Amino acid sequence: MHIVTFTRSTPDTAARLTVDADGSVSQGDAAMVVNPWDEYSLEESIAQAEGRGGTATVIAIGPEVHEEALRQALAMGVNAALRIDDPVLAAADSIGWATAASAAIRKLDNVDLIIFGKEAVDVGSDQHQIQAARLLGWPFIGAVSRILELDAAGGRLRVERSLEQGRQLLDCRLPAVISVLKDINEPRYPSFMGIRRASRASIPLWSLADLELELPNPLTRQLKLEEPPQRVAEAELLSGTPAEQAGALIERLEKEQVL
Amino acid sequence: MSAIFVWIETDSGSAIPLSQEALGAAAALASELKLPLVALVFGEDAGAIARDMAADEALVCEDETLTNLRLEPCAALLTQLVRDRRPHTLLAPGTIRGRELLASSAADLGASLLTEVSGIVAQSDGALRVTRPVYAGKLSETAQGSPSQTQYLCLRARAFPPAAPREDADTPVTAVVPVLGEDDIATKIAEVTPAAGEVSLGDAAIIVSGGRGMSANPAQPPADAPDGAVWKAQHGFEHTLTPLASELGAAIGASRAAVDAGYIDYAHQVGQTGKVVSPDLYIACGISGAIQHQAGMRSSKTIVAINRDSDAPIFRLAHYGLVGDLYEIVPALTAALRARSGAS
Repeated sequence: MHIVTFTRSTPDTAARLTVDADGSVSQGDAAMVVNPWDEYSLEESIAQAEGRGGTATVIAIGPEVHEEALRQALAMGVNAALRIDDPVLAAADSIGWATAASAAIRKLDNVDLIIFGKEAVDVGSDQHQIQAARLLGWPFIGAVSRILELDAAGGRLRVERSLEQGRQLLDCRLPAVISVLKDINEPRYPSFMGIRRASRASIPLWSLADLELELPNPLTRQLKLEEPPQRVAEAELLSGTPAEQAGALIERLEKEQVL
Repeated sequence: MSAIFVWIETDSGSAIPLSQEALGAAAALASELKLPLVALVFGEDAGAIARDMAADEALVCEDETLTNLRLEPCAALLTQLVRDRRPHTLLAPGTIRGRELLASSAADLGASLLTEVSGIVAQSDGALRVTRPVYAGKLSETAQGSPSQTQYLCLRARAFPPAAPREDADTPVTAVVPVLGEDDIATKIAEVTPAAGEVSLGDAAIIVSGGRGMSANPAQPPADAPDGAVWKAQHGFEHTLTPLASELGAAIGASRAAVDAGYIDYAHQVGQTGKVVSPDLYIACGISGAIQHQAGMRSSKTIVAINRDSDAPIFRLAHYGLVGDLYEIVPALTAALRARSGAS
């Protein structure tokens, strides 16, 4: 059984981000980390592959900065990593990303299941995952909170997903694409041995030529990136006894017609 | 380029609240661009729901394969309708289903898709320029799709004023036939468990949230509680925050710290790796206000912080700050609101 996840390096979740005059994003001295949602997809791919004698592969699409995330994934216990990069990808949007991703999956030729984290936080996208599934012609199930059955030989998958209005139990054939939420597992920390192994691992690099691929023209383009307006005023502090504080708050909320 | 399409997500026999926001945004765009407004309603009770959607026309499919708005048959049908009618724009609520549906169909047709859209400005060439959050809400992006084909947009929750509910709309309904038969569909929905009747975070007008400070509950845990701090926090969510939330008709939120410590279920997490919310009123109780949490709630209209630590970062984001013990202030607030609703 072969499970693939995709990941990318994103600024540390606690980083304060600013936009420079040239439009590029600065994160001060904050580190790059594995895209936070991918910790859960990586853990799930490792756990599911381990339990079934399968292989877990992690792929990053984009420049060298994403190797950090790949090495982190290897240190956690993913079996193999792969990076796809090409100058053309710098301008790619989600459909371009999905085109490259689906071509890589076809080239690997033995993938049973792709597991995504909910969202790529830096670009604010979950659409690339669904688009990749669609381009492969594989079914997609998002917001999965539990894998109940994964039978590569029988080509069957049973999962539970969490929607806004409740839970669903779904059966699906393989190969398939799923995305998982935080409640599916508790990600492991990399082991010392894992970190050593990851630091020595060689990560193959594929170009679009290796995939025999030409990307479609981007359909969307970013025009501007900016920091959202900051509130400059300090909070109005409401003092007194708890009852007085409560009364003062209600008075203000009524005045603002929030209540 | 014939119309503005809006996909109406339904649940249990009616349009979900976020669909009314999508309908409101679509109506505004249709009126600005002088295009007819067409509502798309799929699944059980679609016809009855569609008649109440104030639009020029509704395209409706009640075929059994679409029950529970299963992705594959809905996407195939949507793609067919867009291919046939070539609308200028397709809008949908930015729910899990809305995002999955639009992404699938946009990929089918090679159409542009922008999600979490909080503002739309039509350009003279018909392109829609939108604003949307990136980096989990820490930055804001202005982006534009391609006007040569239908532009797909998923809207951010509570970013657009909802259309007024209309029971006399009597919108003309056109039935359309499904594209896929049951044998063509790879996924089967085996079981559906509706959420217990809580207010959902995504469309709540008021949210009451608890953080790490919830563990400072003066209530005494029973001798057999495995972890005193966890018991105290869980007790506090149930017996201190929930009464305030019920009084306000609010949803219950939580910080990542509270969820990771096991104080409350993940479904309540606000912020990065949780939900991004923008209620009219956000009351943060015992939440210090880590930047990850701020990213998830900073667009709330009015923010109230209740915290013992007057230096907590949440006070730099809040409009009103109540420094003190949340276990004294929240019950006082609940009591005062109760007295107020009793008096009025």
